[in-house]
Amino acid sequence: MDPSTDTTISIRCSFFARYAELVGCDHVTLDVPAGATVGTAVALLRGVVPNGDQLPDRPMVAVNQEHALADTKLRDGDEMALLPPLAGG
Amino acid sequence: MKWPFCRRWPGASVAFLVNEPIAIAELVRRVSDPEHGGTATFMGTVRRGPDDGPVAAIEYTAYEGMAESEFSKILDQTLERWPGARVALQHRLGRIPTGEVSVAVVVSTPHRAQAFEACRYVVEELKQRVPIWKQEVLEGGATRWRGNRDSGQDVT
Repeated sequence: MDPSTDTTISIRCSFFARYAELVGCDHVTLDVPAGATVGTAVALLRGVVPNGDQLPDRPMVAVNQEHALADTKLRDGDEMALLPPLAGG
Repeated sequence: MKWPFCRRWPGASVAFLVNEPIAIAELVRRVSDPEHGGTATFMGTVRRGPDDGPVAAIEYTAYEGMAESEFSKILDQTLERWPGARVALQHRLGRIPTGEVSVAVVVSTPHRAQAFEACRYVVEELKQRVPIWKQEVLEGGATRWRGNRDSGQDVT
C-alpha cells in the first residue's frame, strides 16, 4: 500500500485556447494534497507546466464544468479547467 | 412554477453549439407562439473594428461540454425571470468570415418589453459565463487571441 494515497489526490487539469497554446498541451494530471483548494492547485500547476509562470495567479477556473472559486475544495478525480478571458458572442 | 414546455418545445434538444452557419429563420420558428406578440432577435456578427487591422475571420473554440451546460442554465434562469418566454439560441464555432453571424438569440413573449429585456439578459449572461474563445485570423494567415472588451478581464 502506498501511504501517499491517503494524503494526495489526483486531478485532471485542462487548458483551453491561449492557455493551451502557452503550456503546449490541453491537459495534465496533477497530484495535490488531499483537501487542496483550487488556489493551491493553480499555484502548484504554475510551478510544473511549461511557461506556468505566464499563467495568471488567479485565472478563471471551472471544476467539473462548473465555475469555481479559489477556495473551492478539490476531490480525487476532479477536472479543473483553466479558462482564459471569455470571448463568446 | 416553471412553464411546463420549457424544455420540450420543438427543437429544444437542438445543440447550442453549431459548426455551420446559423439558421436564424429556424430559431424564430422555434419561438413562435400564437399568444406571443413580441419577438426580439439579437445577432452578433464577426466584425473588423477600426483599429483591428486586416481581420479576415475569427476562429471560435469552446469548452464544449461546459458551454452547453452554461447555455442550458442561462435558459433556465431566463425562464424563471420571464415565465412563459420562449428562447432559442445558437453559437457558431470554427472559422467565421467577417460579416457572418457568430451568435443568435431569439426570444418571444406576450409583449415587446419583456422580449427585449430577456433577449438582452441572455446575451449579457452568455458573454460573462460561457467558455468560448476567439482568435482573430488576419489576412495573410497570422492569428491573435482576443478577449471580450467588456468582460472585465485582462486580455494579455
